[in-house]
Amino acid sequence: MKLHEYQSKAIFANYNIPIPSGKVASNAEEARQIAAQIGKKVVIKSQVLVGGRGKAGGIKVAATPNEAEQLADQILAMTIKGLPVRKVLVDEAINIAKEIYLGVVVDRAAKCATVMASAAGGVEIEQVARDTPEKIVRVQVDPAFGLQEFQARDLAFAVGIDKALVRDFVTIATGLYRAFVANDASLAEINPLVVTAEGKLIAADGKIVLDDNALFRHNDLEQLRDIDEESPAEARARKAGLSYVKLDGNIGCMVNGAGLAMATMDVIKFYGGEPANFLDIGGGAKADKVKAALEIILSDPNVKAVLFNIFGGITRGDEVARGIVDGLREVKTKVPMVVRIVGTNAEEGRKILADALMITAATLEEGAQKAVAAAQKQ
Amino acid sequence: MSILIDKKTKLIVQGITGREGEFHAKQMIEYGTNVVGGMTPGRGGETALGKPVFDTMKQAVAKTGANASVIYVPARGAADAILEAVEAGIRLVVCITEGVPVVDMMRVTKRIAETGTILVGPNCPGLISPGKAKVGIIPGNICKPGPVGIVARSGTLTYEVIYALTQRKIGQSTCVGMGGDPVHGIGFIEALEMFERDPQTEAIVVIGEIGGTDEEKAAAYIKKHVKKPCVAFIAGQTAPPGKRMGHAGAIIEGGTGTAADKIAAFEAAGVPVAHFPAEVAELVEQKLIKLKAKPVAKKKMRK
Repeated sequence: MKLHEYQSKAIFANYNIPIPSGKVASNAEEARQIAAQIGKKVVIKSQVLVGGRGKAGGIKVAATPNEAEQLADQILAMTIKGLPVRKVLVDEAINIAKEIYLGVVVDRAAKCATVMASAAGGVEIEQVARDTPEKIVRVQVDPAFGLQEFQARDLAFAVGIDKALVRDFVTIATGLYRAFVANDASLAEINPLVVTAEGKLIAADGKIVLDDNALFRHNDLEQLRDIDEESPAEARARKAGLSYVKLDGNIGCMVNGAGLAMATMDVIKFYGGEPANFLDIGGGAKADKVKAALEIILSDPNVKAVLFNIFGGITRGDEVARGIVDGLREVKTKVPMVVRIVGTNAEEGRKILADALMITAATLEEGAQKAVAAAQKQ
Repeated sequence: MSILIDKKTKLIVQGITGREGEFHAKQMIEYGTNVVGGMTPGRGGETALGKPVFDTMKQAVAKTGANASVIYVPARGAADAILEAVEAGIRLVVCITEGVPVVDMMRVTKRIAETGTILVGPNCPGLISPGKAKVGIIPGNICKPGPVGIVARSGTLTYEVIYALTQRKIGQSTCVGMGGDPVHGIGFIEALEMFERDPQTEAIVVIGEIGGTDEEKAAAYIKKHVKKPCVAFIAGQTAPPGKRMGHAGAIIEGGTGTAADKIAAFEAAGVPVAHFPAEVAELVEQKLIKLKAKPVAKKKMRK
């Protein structure tokens, strides 16, 4: 789950990370009031969960409260990369002397958190990693000890922080690491960390991505979820305990297991079709889950055929087949359904499904070809 | 032989009185796994499926001499369960639980590294050495003892490959489901190393998916250190970037972790990559046939 800039910065502030004075506004009038309170030049920043807001015109500087109101009005009417702007952050404008990158990420290979810093701040770190990887410095953190001050100093000196600011940088870096761990983040990033013309460090922009698996122990953070981050179908799937990702094709997929679901999409593509979604129904495939999954898949008007790919393991194929038939009975649709089922009791399962007038297949290749053909006929 | 588990495995089921734990414990016992007991705090002194239940792992190990444990506890308690097993001196810990927070796993893997315990998972189907033992949830009835070692990040995809191999009458030495989380226990390289040493294993199947760079590292390792023939499969060629595909670790981030990169890495290492799961079995069969032909050819050369 991603947090907005204003939410991320509010968390940073709790960990001794300096942030610009500012507040979030939902309408132009509020933006004007905040700008008047700040009493100097401000930046109006759209709060949407995508990168490239500045380039899209979603970040503007306002010299007066009236101008802040005007610009907020414009920005709040925008849609950036498909996401409507519902809030703007009104921050005091800062005088930038230098921009630094500072981030904490999950280092999969090292199995620990890694803190990264770069003197090339203000641009996407992925781009820096591609173009000038030598400009990124990293330290790995022992989870038992946390980020040590000497490690933070190593980063500070490596990115050329002014000697007078090293102590402040250490406070910010150790604070960012503590924020990462305490909130169960998978990413906590300050970009840019600005060295102001007045010689101070301040987090001008921030981003936190939370580990969805840890939300059970952060009820307060769950409240911060932006409903626009997921489509209604994705939100519904999450609540039903299904993993669903919408794609652009026309063949819906319902599969037990995440790896097999991906492989199913790949095989559809291999036979000239385009998958409409990723959907892992999990083990069992009971009628209620099948029903929810099918409703979610069919809520996409592009879907012209559905391919079920079920591996009968400990859950037997005939049981799964009955679940599918029961689930289908409750969802009225004319979309053709192709079922490929193998493993334990697959024969019995196939018979039940054929009796229910579903197109059956013995192999994944056959199932994919039949689904592609069925979708083309529609 | 086989790797990690066999007839000598003495297993404790952590969470044996839970719904999942009890169901799968029964399956494991029926398969012939030597389940020596279970553990659920507060249920010590009871029996489950005819096996003694203990309150703590220390008691369980002291009373049974267990050398392995399998964990079916809810995500919030999984890290604690792993650490308890480690402290009790268990050498092989298999965590089936899905949804364990990454921050917990970073702490756990640090401890694991210090003690030398082998952790499989979390968010994994566990392992099976067909005909000897199964620890986890891999359906035993689709497996068959034989020469192929499998290591995979995904569950049902592994079952598909096992099933396709068994259909061709090709058995398996051990199947290892290492799990789909970003931070986890043993990976491809550890399994490859064990399979390379295992006399029963003649060919190795590596099943990967998008996210991270474990497959690229595995490919490089195979090229350098593995003499046995390998076949690979990678899921997620059609997965869009930035979206998590079911598994917490299955995500293309910042341009890394794509299926295309992983396939290219295996091909560069001389490892054929199947287009769909059933083709893995076909490629393995070809490798095994070639293998059988080889020693004869060598003898002729010497003459």
